[in-house]
Amino acid sequence: MVILGLFKAAIKSLNINRWRSFLTMLGIIIGVAGVIMILSVGAGAQSLIFNEIESVGSNLVSVLPGASDDEGPPASAMGITVTTLQLDDLEAILNNDSTNAIVAGAGYVQGVANIVYQNQKVDTTFVGTTESYPIVENANLISGRWYTEVEDKGLSRLVVLGYQAALDTFGDIDPLNKKIKIKKEIFRVVGVVEERGSTFFGDLDNQVYIPLRTAQKIMLGINHISSARFQIDKEENVPAVIEEVKRIIRDQHDIDKAGIDDFSVRSQAQALDVLGSVTGALNFFLAAIAAIALLVGGVGIMNIMLVSVTERTAEIGLRKAVGAKPIVITTQFLVEAITLTFVGGAIGIIIGAFVAGLIALVANYLGYHWEFIVSISSILLSVGISVAIGIFFGLYPASKAAKLNPVEALRYE
Amino acid sequence: MDNKLIDIQDLKKEFVNEEVVTKVLHGLNFSIKKGEYLAIMGPSGSGKSTLMHILGFLDKLTTGKYIFDGQDITSFDENKLASIRNEEVGFVFQQFNLLSKTSVYENVKLPLTYSTRLDKDKLTEEAIRSVGLDHRSDFLSNQLSGGEKQRVAIARAIVNQPKIVFADEPTGNLDTKSGTQIMEIFERLNDKGHTIILVTHEQDTANHADRIIKIRDGLIESDIKVEKRRSVKEGELIK
Ligand SMILES: Nc1ncnc2c1ncn2[C@@H]1O[C@H](COP(=O)(O)OP(=O)(O)OP(=O)(O)O)[C@@H](O)[C@H]1O
Ligand SMILES: [Mg+2]
Repeated sequence: MVILGLFKAAIKSLNINRWRSFLTMLGIIIGVAGVIMILSVGAGAQSLIFNEIESVGSNLVSVLPGASDDEGPPASAMGITVTTLQLDDLEAILNNDSTNAIVAGAGYVQGVANIVYQNQKVDTTFVGTTESYPIVENANLISGRWYTEVEDKGLSRLVVLGYQAALDTFGDIDPLNKKIKIKKEIFRVVGVVEERGSTFFGDLDNQVYIPLRTAQKIMLGINHISSARFQIDKEENVPAVIEEVKRIIRDQHDIDKAGIDDFSVRSQAQALDVLGSVTGALNFFLAAIAAIALLVGGVGIMNIMLVSVTERTAEIGLRKAVGAKPIVITTQFLVEAITLTFVGGAIGIIIGAFVAGLIALVANYLGYHWEFIVSISSILLSVGISVAIGIFFGLYPASKAAKLNPVEALRYE
Repeated sequence: MDNKLIDIQDLKKEFVNEEVVTKVLHGLNFSIKKGEYLAIMGPSGSGKSTLMHILGFLDKLTTGKYIFDGQDITSFDENKLASIRNEEVGFVFQQFNLLSKTSVYENVKLPLTYSTRLDKDKLTEEAIRSVGLDHRSDFLSNQLSGGEKQRVAIARAIVNQPKIVFADEPTGNLDTKSGTQIMEIFERLNDKGHTIILVTHEQDTANHADRIIKIRDGLIESDIKVEKRRSVKEGELIK
């Protein structure tokens, strides 16, 4: 009851200087909105990465050409062409007795081209890959079939379409066995993949898949592959497979123990972990900015409270003269500061959550599995921080008010 | 036990501001009885307000003794003084000192917000009625005339039913008619048994009191009983 009365009085007094109270709160509003938004976006990004790992499975091991340290991404992932990885390496791995834990492995090359069907022209990425792609990548077909190993080795011109690519090219028409042109070469459609959505690695639905060797020899004129991926039977076998794969490729490339690898092997989970740590660092940086905004907001509150104490000297003197004890005056000003920060914090939470919701909405619209998360702990954290700021920065002006001599305060005018 | 409410012994007051010492009161001795109506007069700067502030527990004396209702208050701390101000004393300030943009009702109630009394609303209404402002209860302080403001200040001073009411030049800013109304309120309060101490520089106003103390240069110049006291006739109260 007493506390409620204090807050009522504080709101009344803050209401007298409505605009000033609002401007004072602005720093806190921005700071708290920032904290909430950053924490929510961070959680959303984390959920995205988690979903990503879920969808590709944590049992995936990929091999990329070019050396890499454990932290950064390999050079080939940065757009630099490295030609050290060969189809032979993939076959050597798959044919080795020591890699029984590998369920399937696929090699990849990529290119950009438009596909043409009658007068319909669609820009896509074509992926040259081996016949085990659907097993490695958990890709299910909604119609038709995948090409076979024999068809790959025979440089057949067959193509499997991604969901969106099929839709864009053919619309309502059944694409199976239709002939399309990719880079002036004629391909026959043998299958369509189900809808898969976007990942960090691009929009899978807009890709088309052709046999690896056809892509190498006919489309790109190259001998290397740009990556290989392996599906492992059990997660606990992943580290052993990584070591084994490294050993086999070193053998293939005649690299001795002391030599520097011209390739890198890592699990999918590791690759996403790197991304996770990048977003984590970014979050930390943004949170630091939000913290500075909160601090500036706090100093603003102290400043305004000090002005308010000076401005209300006569009022404080009167209150003391009619019997308000020093602690009561301290409490009054402290409650005013806390009310300011609390209300500011509440508005900040709403704005921050709103912006984070918009970001989640846009991400989802773009096809990412982005969850909108505003955790109770982030709300408690920012309310806690803003009330703490209210107490910390309100205490000095409040105690200054309480120490005023009533006679001098009454004379002030 | 005598009926002394206030007993002042060799009261001295000096202000120290940045090494500069201003001696204002040089040793006052007097006592005030319960129910007495005292006027304090003296030239400007003689120390009247300073004395009122000390008597009203708003300021501390430098040396000497102040016995209030049998208690030596010189050793009281801030909190104890605040309670006395809240419960025993009403103070009408020279400049009204009302809370701005705040209703008459809230202004009058102010001292009670720091009190543990239960009948706050009843006391507030009574005080407002006794100064004849019932019809202005919801007006904001800045919507009032000077005389009305002074009456609000008086209602606020008596809302806690104090033993003693201090008034520092309560009619100083008012015209004769408003001044007379204010003086009638004090007389009625005195009739009801409140002790009244008021500062004035008008002899007419001072003549309403039982007794007049004149101060000059921080010393008591004279302390005299007023023979004939004009009293309020029944029916002449402010409506
Ligand atoms: N805080 C202070 N510091 C220094 N000197 C002060 C202070 N307060 C009052 N004085 C001085 O004390 C003297 C008495 O002041 P006081 O206000 O008591 O006079 P007064 O008798 O009430 O005058 P008036 O009739 O004009 O109201 C004045 O000379 C004044 O300058
Ligand atoms: Mg004065």
